[in-house]
Amino acid sequence: MMMRLSPKPALVKPAPDHFKQLLQESPFAKRAMPLCRTRDVMNWNGFALVNVYSTVEEEYFAIRNRSSVFDLAPMMKYRISGKDAEAYCNRLVTRDVRKQKPGRVSYVVWCDEAGMVIDDGTLFRFSATEFRLCSQERQIDWLLDCALGYDVTISDVSESIMALTLQGPTSASLLKLCGFKGVENIKPFEIKDWKIGKLAVTVSRTGFTADLGYELWVDAGDAIALWDLLFEHGQGRGLVPIGNEALNMARIEAGLLLPGIDFISSMANVRMGFCRSPYELGLDFTVDLAKPHFNGRAALVAEKQNETSRSKLIGLEIESNKPVNDSIVYSDESCQTEIGFVTSAIWSPTCKRNIAIAQINAPYYGTLTQFWVELYLKRELTWQRRVLEAWPVERPFFAHPRRRQTPAGDY
Amino acid sequence: MVNKTQSRDARNSRDSGAVKKQQSVQQTSSHRYDVVVIGSGHNGLVTASYLARAGLDVLVVEKNDYIGGAAVSRNLYKDFTYSNCSYVCSLLRPEIMRDLELPHHGLQVIPYEGGAVLMPGKQFLGSSNNHEIQRREFAKFSIRDSEAYDRLSRDVIRQCKFIKPLLLRTPPDPTSFKPRDLTELLYLGQKLHRLGEKQMHETMRFWTMSVSDFLDEYFESDLIKAMYAGSAIIGTALGPKSPGTAYVMLHHFMGDVDGAVGAWGFARGGMGSVTKALASSFRAAGGEIRTGDGVAQIRIKGGKAVGVVLESGEEIKAKRVISGADVRRTFTGMCDPSDLPAEFLQQVQNYKARGSSGKLNIALDGLPEFSALPKGSPFVTGDMHIRDSMESLERAYDDWKNGSWSEAPYVDMLIPSQIDPTMTADGKHYMTVFVQYCPYKLAAGEWTDARRKAFGDTVINAIAKHSPNFKSLILHAEVRTPWDIEREVGLTEGNIFQGELTMDQLLFNRPIPGYAQYHTPIDNLYLCGSTTHPGGGVMGAPGANAARTVLGDIGKLSRSLGQPSYRSLFYKSHGRTAKPIKAMSVAGSAP
Ligand SMILES: Cc1cc2nc3c(=O)[nH]c(=O)nc-3n(C[C@H](O)[C@H](O)[C@H](O)COP(=O)(O)OP(=O)(O)OC[C@H]3O[C@@H](n4cnc5c(N)ncnc54)[C@H](O)[C@@H]3O)c2cc1C
Repeated sequence: MMMRLSPKPALVKPAPDHFKQLLQESPFAKRAMPLCRTRDVMNWNGFALVNVYSTVEEEYFAIRNRSSVFDLAPMMKYRISGKDAEAYCNRLVTRDVRKQKPGRVSYVVWCDEAGMVIDDGTLFRFSATEFRLCSQERQIDWLLDCALGYDVTISDVSESIMALTLQGPTSASLLKLCGFKGVENIKPFEIKDWKIGKLAVTVSRTGFTADLGYELWVDAGDAIALWDLLFEHGQGRGLVPIGNEALNMARIEAGLLLPGIDFISSMANVRMGFCRSPYELGLDFTVDLAKPHFNGRAALVAEKQNETSRSKLIGLEIESNKPVNDSIVYSDESCQTEIGFVTSAIWSPTCKRNIAIAQINAPYYGTLTQFWVELYLKRELTWQRRVLEAWPVERPFFAHPRRRQTPAGDY
Repeated sequence: MVNKTQSRDARNSRDSGAVKKQQSVQQTSSHRYDVVVIGSGHNGLVTASYLARAGLDVLVVEKNDYIGGAAVSRNLYKDFTYSNCSYVCSLLRPEIMRDLELPHHGLQVIPYEGGAVLMPGKQFLGSSNNHEIQRREFAKFSIRDSEAYDRLSRDVIRQCKFIKPLLLRTPPDPTSFKPRDLTELLYLGQKLHRLGEKQMHETMRFWTMSVSDFLDEYFESDLIKAMYAGSAIIGTALGPKSPGTAYVMLHHFMGDVDGAVGAWGFARGGMGSVTKALASSFRAAGGEIRTGDGVAQIRIKGGKAVGVVLESGEEIKAKRVISGADVRRTFTGMCDPSDLPAEFLQQVQNYKARGSSGKLNIALDGLPEFSALPKGSPFVTGDMHIRDSMESLERAYDDWKNGSWSEAPYVDMLIPSQIDPTMTADGKHYMTVFVQYCPYKLAAGEWTDARRKAFGDTVINAIAKHSPNFKSLILHAEVRTPWDIEREVGLTEGNIFQGELTMDQLLFNRPIPGYAQYHTPIDNLYLCGSTTHPGGGVMGAPGANAARTVLGDIGKLSRSLGQPSYRSLFYKSHGRTAKPIKAMSVAGSAP
């Protein structure tokens, strides 16, 4: 039997003078950039994206108190379709894709042969033969490598499909005002299509905030129409555009991980031994060893059986209210034994807790209940060293019951 | 052996790199130097500087009227400065720049932003230090390759991380049981082990495979492959399909400009600035340089080197002689065969140093336009290449095998004067053009002026295809074949690396198995040029390693220190500033 060759995706032709623009413009930029009063813009995946529109406080509290909208243009989106799409996805990710019904989304991770995480993302299933994989990092090279022998077509639809994420307690009622009839009835991780006038929108009840929220997907050409639709009705529900900084606070409260921040993709990893398995990232729930062969399975079976996880990402709570960014974690107050480091940290304004995600080495995770975190504080140009007590806590740090309630109310 | 006419030509030219003969120093024949270094190439000067800083009485003798070897800047036409041989700088080890205070002595390396591959039909593939621009340029040809390049970078950086620490270490002799060799082997083994099993296989493959096979594992676009393959054949008498070329690519990735792996830059003032700074550092440490009188013979008495005899007949006595020339030039050109073991001499004779590269230095009346490249793009600021496929590179190699220069050569051209204001007058430009392949010996016969011109015209016409106004801007062109490069720089057969960088001539095999540690069969005679580990390019590592070996031999270096960084070998730290110290106090005895 002839092995099917990987399909060749279409070329994306950049403008001849693309070199003049170091960062690409989002299709939402025409609306978003004028609202960015700080001019604080960042590079996310080659796009110029707003970091802060007005103040981090206002934007953060919009997520937890009203409705917030965030531009997902830089998100990578891959269409996977064809007779073997399910089998292909099932070999790709660690979850059992066969259990995922059409119209559902699941959070997935995918590994290399050594069981090391390449990236995480969301897998949308539209039908028996059509999926969409969304991730932060570019993946086409790996996705095509894995397609050898499968009857699937894989295309990069990142630039043709655009999305906004609408998060916050009033998000369901705002969508209703916009004409999304019955939107309150869709369950977490469910997908549904709407037609609002001429505008076709796919809505998924997903997000990055552990709160009530939706992601809205449209053709790139409809990006502005979607933005305008939301803002036309947004006033009453307190709609606010938010930048990366506020969203990042909400995602840490939600205990969610970011590649390049909380773990290094094994595709980008240079120093040997620095990448991590799903178990080491505390993502055990995404791994289904009972399903047939998948990338990294043998290594993960061995890791589980022999208990060879080298470290674990855990939640920490720390005394005081100073975020412990980049700190080293010790098992003793005198800071003699280094046992890990902090990957993400904030003072959580909603929980009023000082929280962090930290990588703790074996054998200290799971056994130690008291940690010490070393923090350097700059006070009026003077550096001061603090050693703070910390203790393990459950992730997510914040998870409001309304994120799951169906039908969703107007909170 | 030394071409006198050549030296005289050079004397007449306005030569910025020239060093006045030091007439004031009257050598009484009874004066005995601690060390005589043959050749003022950058490696010879690195060795000499380290030794002078350690308190030794060191003389460098250079056959040319100017210093620098293949790292040289010269004025051959009006006030244009050419980097006559090497033209981009990135391999020079930062440890050496720091130890010898080269920035203080005037060396500055400046980065450039982009480059391009020019193809027929106004097509081009741009390259840029900016990740996003680079990705989009690759995406013009393959969206998959635009991501695969991250994977390639990852794997190459992994290999570089493995090899880099080996650069400034003396390679072990795998057949020896001396503690040092065992420790070094163990170090190598540990480094390999730390890579992990899979990576270990990768390393072994990397060191032996062809660049063509290697790139096939990453890219689908032939053009993108051809772009990378260029650095794997530069200076190498192999084609992209020849095994061993993947390593040559890695060798070129090894450099860093301000810590960015693989980035290349210009030495401000041309590559001669490297050797000028070295010479200045050397003289500041009390060293002496004599130019315009080469070594005719190394004096050997009772199996020991005792000095050199110059072309002029003058004899210079020295306790130690260190040759910065390649192993073939040193032993077949400057030694009496009766002083050498026959087998060794055989191996030297068989040492592969095949010339395969030519060079054009061109003075231009203005900035040429390249029809494919958008105006104002960063792609013109760096290395522009002419090539269109892997196949065409291999065909270019076939021409070389058949004893002629490539009909459609691989060209690597840059216009440093866009970034470096010191190279030319305002509005004028200097272009350096590296050409692969060009043979040392032509099948048709000797290199003649007419053939040299025909070779130059082939290259100029190739460039003119992409730049309509190029020819009309040419004011002067220096055309150099491997044969010319040998005559001027002394590089055997014009091989730019002082011997090819293939596995059989690398690490503990470089240059000759059993003599990889800067020693030779003659006592007190050492090698310090690119012909030794870790090889060619303006890197300085061979010279530094050789200096360490010599200091070790005369007990001016603590053995117990092993091989830590240079700072700890040659400097003593006094609080915040490190000051050079004249003699090493560790492990006592004077020579
Ligand atoms: C055309 C060309 C382009 C290159 N491009 C680059 C580049 O862009 N980047 C890069 O990093 N490398 C490049 N290289 C390689 C690099 O320049 C060389 O590998 C390096 O300069 C060699 O330095 P060295 O000190 O080991 O020897 P050399 O520079 O060869 O020095 C040997 C010296 O010994 C002298 N000598 C020889 N015989 C005698 C004698 N009998 N008596 C006295 N003196 C003698 C010679 O005149 C010379 O000065 C290039 C080389 C060439 C030829």
